[in-house]
Amino acid sequence: MMNIHPTTAGMTLAGILFVLGLISILIRRNLIFMLLSVEIMLNAAGLAFIVASSHWAQPDGQVMFMFILAMAAAEVSVGLALILQLFHQLKTLDSDEASRMRG
Amino acid sequence: MDLTFYIAAAIAVFSTVMVVTRFNIMHALLYLIVSLLSVAVIFYLYGAPFMAALEIIIYAGAIMVLIIFFVMMLNLGPETARQEKEWLRPGMWLLPALLCAVLLGELVYLIAQSKTPVTGITPVPPKEVGRSLFGPYILAVELSALLLMAGIVGAYHLGRQKKKILHRFFESNAS
Repeated sequence: MMNIHPTTAGMTLAGILFVLGLISILIRRNLIFMLLSVEIMLNAAGLAFIVASSHWAQPDGQVMFMFILAMAAAEVSVGLALILQLFHQLKTLDSDEASRMRG
Repeated sequence: MDLTFYIAAAIAVFSTVMVVTRFNIMHALLYLIVSLLSVAVIFYLYGAPFMAALEIIIYAGAIMVLIIFFVMMLNLGPETARQEKEWLRPGMWLLPALLCAVLLGELVYLIAQSKTPVTGITPVPPKEVGRSLFGPYILAVELSALLLMAGIVGAYHLGRQKKKILHRFFESNAS
């Protein structure tokens, strides 16, 4: 138990977190919860990059994590603005309501 | 592997499961912040202290606060205060606070220990990251700046409150 290689342990944790986010985005219908699930998945991907960076002792993984961070910030701001528009149009946060959107 | 990694990993998985299973958005956000903090501790363990700081400042600080402001902006009304009172029961914030306290104790222990974080990995100092970021990855930095600019413009355009007018013929009837 205590002599697992650090890379194996970190990658396993990243995989578990990613799958939890994936399950959440599949079972939830609230739009904000779906956005949070995307955040969980992006965070898990960043963790995998950091673990890989420390495995090879190269800085590239951490550089990629910084790009993931910038992308997550842009994605959240645009996603929240879209949810705001949808909420004003439909008066609900149910994502199934948006399937009847036309025009 | 250290015991500290297992504690932080257990907190991360547990709080993420709590995020997935909550029904109230504010409780889910509270647990998500705990999850991000524990992932930051794991970054520190893997020899990336600068990334741990960025994770806390940008993810747990900026992005989560943005989502919290957004959630508060959406449901305005007289029932909000009653709901707020109901949400702030001690049973609700006690468990995230306890998990955060465990993480803080772990971080203090790690800083006081002051040796290479986990046996078996070599830490990458932030200097190397900066050298790499503004060396071979300079084009990607420019592209991410462009992406953030597009995010700002897109969020402004989408978040603007438009006056809803179907046609100017209906304008006098509507008002």
